[in-house]
Amino acid sequence: MALLEIKDLHAGVEGIPILKGINLTIDPGEVHAVMGPNGSGKSTLSNVLAGHEAYKVTRGEILFGGKDLQELAAHERACAGLFLAFQYPVEIPGISNMYFLKAAVNAVREYRGEEPLDAMDFIELVEAKKSVMKIRDELLARAVNSGFSGGEKKRNEIFQMAMLEPTLGILDETDSGLDIDALKIVADGVNALRSPDRGFLVITHYQRLLDYIIPDHVHVMVHGRIVKSGGKELALELEDEGYASWNGEEGL
Amino acid sequence: MKTDNDKTFQDLNDTEYKYGFVTDIESDSLPPGLNEDIVRAISSRKKEPEWLTEWRLKAYRHWITMTEPTWSNVHYPKIDYQALSYYSAPKQKGDGPKTLDEVDPELLETYEKLGIPLREQEALAGVVAVDAVFDSVSVATTFKGKLEELGIIFCSFSEAVHSHPDLVKQYLGTVVPYKDNYFATLNSAVFSDGSFCYVPPGVRCPMELSTYFRINAANTGQFERTLLIADEGAYVSYLEGCTAPQRDENQLHAAVVELVALDNAQIKYSTVQNWYPGDKDGKGGIYNFVTKRGHCRGHHSKISWTQVETGSAVTWKYPSCILKGDYSVGEFYSVAVTNHMQQADTGSKMIHIGKNTSSTIVSKGISAGRSQNSYRGMVKVLETAENARNFSQCDSMLMGGSCGAHTFPYIDVGNPTAQVEHEATTTKIGEDQIFYCNQRGLETEEAVNLIVNGFCKEVFRELPMEFAVEAQKLLGISLEGSVG
Ligand SMILES: Nc1ncnc2c1ncn2[C@@H]1O[C@H](COP(=O)(O)OP(=O)(O)OP(=O)(O)O)[C@@H](O)[C@H]1O
Ligand SMILES: [Mg+2]
Repeated sequence: MALLEIKDLHAGVEGIPILKGINLTIDPGEVHAVMGPNGSGKSTLSNVLAGHEAYKVTRGEILFGGKDLQELAAHERACAGLFLAFQYPVEIPGISNMYFLKAAVNAVREYRGEEPLDAMDFIELVEAKKSVMKIRDELLARAVNSGFSGGEKKRNEIFQMAMLEPTLGILDETDSGLDIDALKIVADGVNALRSPDRGFLVITHYQRLLDYIIPDHVHVMVHGRIVKSGGKELALELEDEGYASWNGEEGL
Repeated sequence: MKTDNDKTFQDLNDTEYKYGFVTDIESDSLPPGLNEDIVRAISSRKKEPEWLTEWRLKAYRHWITMTEPTWSNVHYPKIDYQALSYYSAPKQKGDGPKTLDEVDPELLETYEKLGIPLREQEALAGVVAVDAVFDSVSVATTFKGKLEELGIIFCSFSEAVHSHPDLVKQYLGTVVPYKDNYFATLNSAVFSDGSFCYVPPGVRCPMELSTYFRINAANTGQFERTLLIADEGAYVSYLEGCTAPQRDENQLHAAVVELVALDNAQIKYSTVQNWYPGDKDGKGGIYNFVTKRGHCRGHHSKISWTQVETGSAVTWKYPSCILKGDYSVGEFYSVAVTNHMQQADTGSKMIHIGKNTSSTIVSKGISAGRSQNSYRGMVKVLETAENARNFSQCDSMLMGGSCGAHTFPYIDVGNPTAQVEHEATTTKIGEDQIFYCNQRGLETEEAVNLIVNGFCKEVFRELPMEFAVEAQKLLGISLEGSVG
């Protein structure tokens, strides 16, 4: 069974249509990359998948592990194993990263009918996961994303993903704003999580990330549609040619 | 960006007030109305000395010349002071209870419902001493023995009038004079009971002292009077917690708290106030008009107020510090939550008189529903206050679009060496923050709790541990259902 199946998805915000018929299937173990010009609807797609209330599905269907994703509220989707690494992670002043993570991990465990982790077990899990992402203890003690540099925020997102071990990881431009070393760290983090039953949707503008996280499929999104799909070589083509050939297709 | 959240922002708090029940105890009440005879009657029922009766009468005579203040940002129907009853005490046989076993079992049950298990607390030897005030009369005082050994006096105000008249006479009205303001003057005339505490020189009170107030009898104005004195080099931390049963009539509460800190003394006064706020439509609830003031009388003295206010229909409250002693320090940390139709006008006053005095104000206002939440603060630096320092920070958080947050800072600097800083922010609870939490598996309610607690962190960390936990829970209860 497919991990994620998007069929003829139409969605928008405040009555403005943004996604205009997306079809995409991700099988377990696969990495799909989505590329496309600014404003083409990539973040909208990730918001729709994650269940942001502002984004309304007007047509089509999304199946996650065979189940209708729209039946689930945002927090239930997260608990069911859908993770979104945000393009712009928000700050939550006054709540430490550790405290927040523990609440998240235990919410997910509770949803799955597992016992909550106690402080000791939780710390053990943190210790095991933090080294790959090179997350310093000082960062864990600070309030969620508060005063984090752009790169630290992105690394923190992937660290959270590692802690929550989702079945589908959506990365919305996690590579934007990363220096070369941080890019490698993020890629290592994602690669460490790759497994036969886990899938990834990697949204990016740059071929560079795909040198490290090698995708099985690459899709090009323009004006709310997937206009072309191919293998990893498609990303290289785009690097050379840009999106010019698709622009104006809408008659804009 | 408009979303479903905006709709659900309006589906406000449907949680019934958890502590809404009425204890069925016969009250020994005076008839409604206020005149000199009533004032005398209160005083005589409490077998007060002549000087105190006279003090009350002076206050009463002054009060009738005053008019109710209208400058605050709260609106409520006119209070008919002649319709209120000014004294109500649970009927007791003999002299009053000496141990918990003598206390009316129904009363104890009430406290149990409120989560104040006196019996347990007594057993928990030495953690918290509770001077429980039921309506107007103290019914049980625990841990007295242990405190007595250290020379600490902690008892009901009425008891102190009899057992330590000199101390009461020496300090009563020296921080909040009977002419101070409309509500304080009324309190001075008719005050019922409250707590008294004196910590002798050099003594550090080894436990948090605590009083739980409770308003019970119908149509009874509550006029607590609390007096705390920390003598030279003494330290005391005092907790005040309150809950009230649900009623439809509005109940007036006009308390006075006076704190005195002598040389090198420190007083920490923490309040969690969750009186009945009224229902969703603003019916019922407590009117809370309180005068709380601390006097840093000695050099290097320090007074800290920490308050978490979630209750009352109308709150009018400005815990203040008069920084008279050189190098004295005043602090005010506050979280005020309003929901539904609640109105709060609260803040602090810091009056710098001594040299090198410093003060800090941290105020966090959270408004939900159709409530109005105002911060009103004053920082006054007198000519004498060489090198005074103040830092004020007022942050407001709005939940939904129908509530209001207002900030009224008044700054009056009479000495050029003073440094006064004021920062203010207003944020709307972030939909993006909630979504971020949702995406990590947290339900919206839990997310709101988390975000609000984060917002209040600087204040909560000033609270004693067990109080901080209670405060966080209360915040959750008061804001339940406020956001989709
Ligand atoms: N909440 C919103 N309110 C109004 N318009 C929105 C909202 N979210 C997205 N849009 C609009 O939808 C279009 C697609 O935006 P989206 O963020 O999905 O693009 P993107 O492909 O992620 O772009 P980028 O590469 O710049 O991140 C844009 O025109 C954007 O302005
Ligand atoms: Mg985007």
